[in-house]
Parts: sequence; C-alpha cells; structure tokens
Amino acid sequence: MTQVNDFVVRFANVNGTGSASANSMFAKAIFRMGVPVTPKNIFPSNIQGLPTWYEVRVSEKGYLGRREGIDLMVSVNPQSMLKDVQSVRSGGYFMYDSTKPLHKEYIREDITYLGIPLMGICMEQYTDPRQRQLFKNIIYVGALSALLDIEFAVLEQLLAEQFKGKEKLVAPNVQALQLGVKYVQENFTFPLEIRVERRDLVGKRILFDGNGACGLGAVYAGATVAAWYPITPSTSVVEKFEKYAKKFRTDKETGEKNFAIVQAEDELAAIGMVIGANWNGARSFTATSGPGVSLMNEFLGLGYFAEIPAVLIDVQRTGPSTGMPTRTQQSDITISAYASHGDTKHVLLFPSNPKDCFELTADAFDLSERLQTPIIVLTDLDLGMNDHMSEPFEWNPERTYDRGKVYTAEDLENMGRFGRYLDSDGDGIPYRTYPGTHPTKGSYFTRGTSRDEYAVYTEDSAVYVKNMQRLEKKWDTAKEIVPKPHFYQEKNMSPLGVIFFGTSTYSSEEAIDLLREQDVVLDAMQLKAFPFNKDVEQFIEDHEIVFVIEQNRDAQMRSLLINELEINPKKLIRVLNYDGMPITADKIVKEISKNLVTN
Amino acid sequence: MTYIRPTFRHPDLPKNKINFTKKDYEGALSTLCAGCGHDSISGAIAQACFELSVEPHRIAKLSGIGCSSKTPAYFLGNSHGFNSVHGRMPSVATGAYLANRDLLYFGVSGDGDSASIGMGQFVHAIRRNLNMVYLVMNNGCYGLTKGQDSATADNGSKSKAGSVNPFNAIDLVGLSMELGATFVARSFSGDKAQLIPLIKAAIKHPGFAFIDVISPCVTFNNNVGSTKSYDYVREHIEATSTVDFVPIMEEITANYEDSKEITLHDGSALQLQKLHQGWNPEDKLSAMIALQNAKEKGEILTGLVYIEPNTNALHDVLQTAKTPLNTLKEDVLCPGIDALEALNESLR
Repeated sequence: MTQVNDFVVRFANVNGTGSASANSMFAKAIFRMGVPVTPKNIFPSNIQGLPTWYEVRVSEKGYLGRREGIDLMVSVNPQSMLKDVQSVRSGGYFMYDSTKPLHKEYIREDITYLGIPLMGICMEQYTDPRQRQLFKNIIYVGALSALLDIEFAVLEQLLAEQFKGKEKLVAPNVQALQLGVKYVQENFTFPLEIRVERRDLVGKRILFDGNGACGLGAVYAGATVAAWYPITPSTSVVEKFEKYAKKFRTDKETGEKNFAIVQAEDELAAIGMVIGANWNGARSFTATSGPGVSLMNEFLGLGYFAEIPAVLIDVQRTGPSTGMPTRTQQSDITISAYASHGDTKHVLLFPSNPKDCFELTADAFDLSERLQTPIIVLTDLDLGMNDHMSEPFEWNPERTYDRGKVYTAEDLENMGRFGRYLDSDGDGIPYRTYPGTHPTKGSYFTRGTSRDEYAVYTEDSAVYVKNMQRLEKKWDTAKEIVPKPHFYQEKNMSPLGVIFFGTSTYSSEEAIDLLREQDVVLDAMQLKAFPFNKDVEQFIEDHEIVFVIEQNRDAQMRSLLINELEINPKKLIRVLNYDGMPITADKIVKEISKNLVTN
Repeated sequence: MTYIRPTFRHPDLPKNKINFTKKDYEGALSTLCAGCGHDSISGAIAQACFELSVEPHRIAKLSGIGCSSKTPAYFLGNSHGFNSVHGRMPSVATGAYLANRDLLYFGVSGDGDSASIGMGQFVHAIRRNLNMVYLVMNNGCYGLTKGQDSATADNGSKSKAGSVNPFNAIDLVGLSMELGATFVARSFSGDKAQLIPLIKAAIKHPGFAFIDVISPCVTFNNNVGSTKSYDYVREHIEATSTVDFVPIMEEITANYEDSKEITLHDGSALQLQKLHQGWNPEDKLSAMIALQNAKEKGEILTGLVYIEPNTNALHDVLQTAKTPLNTLKEDVLCPGIDALEALNESLR
C-alpha cells in the first residue's frame, strides 16, 4: 500500500561522525516540499563512538508527536544493527551498508532490504578518511531522495545555503548526493511505497528548536544578565541567547555589549547571580535541568521570601547522573512547584512548541517583575534540543516591558516613609526600589523572613504571619495574571476530559482525533501555567473523569492538581509515559481505552 | 549588645566634602555581643566611607550568613543591603555588579561563610576580578551556632571548651593571592589606625580588593590557648608597615627611607612607612615569601600585603557597555520586528 507523506524514517548512526547535519538536511528537504515533519535526535551521553538515532516522522495530517513503528531504517551503525533490524515494522524497509554481506541473523522475511555499498563507494571515490566518513552520510541522503521521491533541487538549494561563503564545498556534496541517486537508479525499483509528494501544508511555519526560541525570547524580553552552568539538555539556551545578543546588542563601533554572560562555577552560583542582578534592577535569567534545579533550591526559597524576580528555564530530562539524562521527561514539576525550604511555591509556565518557548520566556520576565518572585519555565529535552515545526515568532511592536512596581527617585521624593513590604495596592505585591536610587530615601535591607513591612529586623510572630498571608494574597493575584489554559472546544461535549501540557500536547491532540474516530469524545484542556486559575478548576468540575497526560512516573501534574484544587483523586486518571522517549498517540489511546473499558 | 543609643547629635558635627555627617553613615543598633570585634570593623567601614565622601546611597552592602553577615545592618543605613544565603554572597554580588557597574559593592563575610560553605564562590569571585571590596571578619569560629571551629582556626588552637583543633588552617590571604586577587590586605579589628586607610584604598581599587580582618569572638574564642583571642593576636601581630591613605591632590608629607608610596588607580595614594624588610607589596613573590616566613615564626602579618594598582575588572573583560545594564530600555534591548521577520525567514 502506498503511503504518501505518512511514514517514519529512523537513522542509526555512530555519534561524532557528522551524521546529524546530513540527517537534518533530509528532514529540512521534506519540510521545504511543504510537508510537515518532526525530526528527533535520540542521542547518548557521549561525544564520539556510541549509537545515536535520528528519527523523522512525516505527516500529511500535521501530527508532530512521535509515532511508533519504523517504516524505513537507515542503518549505518553495526553496533546497534540487530536491534535496528528488529525495530522495523513488518512490511517496512531496511537500508544498510552492503559493502560486506549481511549476516543471516539480521535477515527477516517480512521486510525489504536496501543494500547500498556505502563504504565501498567512499573507498573508491575518496582518499581522505574524514571525507570517506562525511560523504557516506551525504550518499545515503542522495539514495533516500531517489527512493522517497524527494526533489533533488531542494537538496541542492539546502547545500548552497549551508555552505554559503564556502562555495567550494557545494560541488563535492552535490556529487556525493548524485552517487547515492545513481546507485538507486541502477539497482532498485523506485520510488518506494513510502514516498514524499510536494504539498502546501507548511505555510509560514518555521523549523526551530525550543532552546533557541527561549534564548531568543530572553533577548527580546530585554534580559541583560545571564548566568548559567553547562548541563544537558539546557546548554544551548544560553548559547543561543549569546548568539542573538551578540548579533543584536553589540555596538558596531565600540564592540561594547548591552548584555553580560557569566558561566558560573555551579548552579548555586548561577541562580545567586540571577538573584543579585534582578535585585539590582536588571532582567536576568538562568537555564538548567533537574539536577540544577535541585542545587538552586535554597536560592529559589530566598527569592520567594525576599521577593526578588528571577527567570529560570528548566529543560527537563530523565533524572540524575549520566546516560538516560540525554532522554526527555516532564519530571521536575513537583520540585519546581514547591522548590526550597519553608512555605514556598513558584509560578511555572509550560511551553509546548518553539513559538510558546519564545513568548512564554518573554512573558516570564514581565510576570516575574510584576509579581517580584522567581518564575520557572518548564520545557524539556524533546522540545529544547529538537527542531519542531512551529508557527513563526511574533512580537507586538507596541509592547513595552512590565518592570513591575518600582519607585523612582521622584516617587520617593514625593511620598512619606517607604515600606518595602507594605501592601499598598491590596494585591499582595509591594513596591521595591533599586539600589542607588535616592540619597536619603528608599534604601532597605533585604532579608529572607525576619522583617516588618518597612524591612526592619524583627522576630515577632504576628509580623511573620501577616507577611506570609500577604504572600498568599500575592499568589492569588498570580492566578489571575498567569497565562490561561487553552480549551479545544467552545462548549463541553463530553463527560470525559483530558488535561495535558508541554510536549505531551502533540501526541495528545493526535490521540483525541484517533479516539474520536472510535466515537470516544474528549474535551481537552492544555495547561499553560501554575498556579491554576478558576478555569482549570471549573473544567475538572464539569467532567466526570479527567485523564491527565504527562511524561513522568509519579503523575506529578495530577498530584499538583489534586493538592492545589482539592480534587477527589479518583476523578483524575493517570496517562503516563516515562521511558525517556516522547509520549506517542498510540500509547495515550491505549491507556485511555483501557480505562474506558474498566470504568 | 543592647543599649539605648542617644538620637541627639551635636549640631556642629563635622561634615565631609559632600555635606554628610558621620551620622549619615551609621546603621541600626548592633545586636552582636558587647566587645565583639565586628562592631569595630563596622565603625571603621562607616568612618572610611565618611572620610572618602562616598555618597551612602551609591554603595550596595552584601553579605552571607553568620555574625559577620549581620553587620551590614549596623553601618551605612542609607545604603541598600542584602543579607543573602550562607556562603553565597559572592554570586549575589556578581549579579548585582553586572547589573550596575556604577555602584560601589561592599561584601562582608565571615570565616565560615568564605572558607567553608562559600569557598567555591569566594575563589571564583576572585578569579573573575569583580570590582568590589570583600571583607572577611575572621574569628576562627562559628559564632551564631555557639563556637564550633572554623576552617581558619589554627592547628593547635584551643577552644573555650578545651578541645584542640587538629586540622590545618586555610589562610585566605595566601589563597587569594594565589588566585590572582589584585588587592590583598590583612588587619585586626583592634587596629583602626591601620584598618581605616586599608578600607579606603580597597574602595578605590578598581578590582577585587580582599581584606582579611582578624576579629576575635569575645564569647566563644577569646580564651587562653586560642590563636584568635585579643591577647594572642596583640602579642603576635607584626605589621608589614604603617598605612596612610592620601586622597587625590593632597601632598604626601612624611618621607622616611623605609617608606613607599603606591599610586592608586584614581590618582590617590597609599603611603607605607616602616616597611617590613624584604617586602615589596607590588611584587607578589616577595609578599608570598614574607607571608610564608611569618607563618613559620607564628607571626600574624598585617597591613597591605599585595597590590596591583591597575587591573581589568569583570566588566572590562566582558566588554560591557559603560551605561549600567539596569538602565537600558526597550529601544536598545529589543531587536524589533524586522529582525524577527528576517529570522523567521531564515528558519523556513
């Protein structure tokens, strides 16, 4: 059966061999032909020599989640070959390097083998070992273009763009592509049953990674101080911030920079610097992953109590140490929501695509200064490190930064006694001053807990309680101003509801469609922020059963909903995936169907 | 120490060049123990700032946690202060300094705060050469938790309870020089004549200025056998020189054979007299040798240990704009929609 624009190709490579750029060129070519794609890197905690996979889902319907079942495996790594052969769906294809004959343990009766002597061709064509390795990747892309009917001119154009300024490299790469095409033409029937056809389904959309979008969002939001400590999968957030800040915020004549970036000695220092810079009136942020959030806990508590803005981008991953942490998860929800000692809770934002990453990062700075509290943007490895098809970035040219409640020298001059922690407006949010504002008014001493409304030291219990109650009021204010949830229906249509957030969105949307085909109707709500507002509560109240889809073992979002909204736990059903791979629609459908039978 | 401080001040209190009196540099009433060395240091800081005519509100005071870190509440009441997290003042100071390069940053820490829990941040702040004064009130013990030995307690020093410290001390002065600090001094809370000019010079220094001030803990570490007691320190102190801070344009008066003038970055000067033999504070090697020799003899060397008057601080290294980052607005910070559209186009 011919499958046009609906298949999954997986590349099995050795990491550190230059395969990533060839593979992403493959994905980009399909995107350029107007067909939605979702590329995903599945990589080891290693620099060179271990197995790495790259998976591209092509979906005419525009589904961007991961899909089970590999239609075509491009096997270039003998280390993982046995597993790779087994992972191809029945009736699928297995492309491999046929320079040496395939051992019989790799032979399956139900799949089609596409043997191309990649190494043989390279040995014959090139003398330099590095070239042999790099062009091998380009040759298989060429072969795939013929097998899958990808327009050759699109690949040529991509090479021309990639090597802009190094035009000498274009011709040999095109030639390598042609070697692949030629081998297919001479040896196989092509195109295959799975293939690409040009469409106009992409429109103005872009292909970009979430980390880059967060970094760009911080540039647009006016962040001037970034402090960070390298950790996978968050590292490229600050690297991209630096790239765009250098481009847009460096004085062309003097070379002076309107930003400062410090690679800290650890995450404790990174968040400390962010707190110090924000205290002093600069917009400042850090990016990290789970272990970093653990280390930042003490400062996050201080930020909450001392009421200092801070933006933290947490690119979630699979747990501690090395290995699985190069896989994705949504498992820092509990630690982020309640980070630190004492009574603390933090505003969380949940982007689900690159455009969200850009916007919610920018919003985080406004919200953080408005609320004078740390804000954590929770993305994940899948969103952060993979390219995603996304609506283009937008910025309202009229937009100004909300710097929150800050008294100027003039304000101080014309007012009575300044009280740093006075609730003057009744919304729980006090006014602050930046150091150095006024010679005799507005200075105060910042501490964690033990001070009165005028920031004067006290250990009086009643004063402490009053302050904690004001912080609670501020939390209620936060509920009203954080992004509202997104509803997929204007009016509820079903007693069944489904809640999801972040990268679970892609597969959840697909699962809702699949279930509808089976006459299961689900009302859907996508969470954008914590604390939860009334709309969230109402949605749960309006449904008999609500499925909560998330990518962790302990159903952390479900727990947060139960805890914060005092919901009967029986009403919220877990739909979980925590194997380190992005959740799939199949898995969601299976879990929900199973529960529908038992209920 | 609890007592009622009179609010009355003499109407003719002397004023400094910018018309402030000493009172404008005072802080809240200290709650430290009576006789605590830290209070003398607070007084010296206020005096130095008064004499230098620093605008109080242009100073930011930062500290970690501990007795020493409480002191910023007790001086410079017109300055913003930040009592942060134990051992993490350097990172908060780094962020604050990056946000606004025009303020003067005064970090106060203790031996527990800097030599133990905050050692990592301390060394990295030096490595980055923040433009700040970093003053450690060093009493060799943890006062707020009632007297445990700290990492600067000398090997063999006896605690109040009678136990003898079996571990080697971390010498913050030697360490900071090794790490490349460009202003390193040691002083004693009981020697204001030396401490005040050192603080002034540290304020004028354009990079990381470190002052280790031995400040005996009267309650937990002032006993016989302690090497951080008032008596012990007074008996073993050895000044590298006397120190005089000479403001810009003022004439340097005394000139003995054994004296040395060091011109600071802004044109003011430090005059060192009765300079210790074989000591050149501008020569790191001689300073390190002298420190090592003193250590072997059981002497506590005080005074200006090492200085490199011209130095590139972190903002110079990062090539940050001269305008403080915290004053920049949308017009220079936001790249705008044309740039965004061009970027969108490049991602298609």
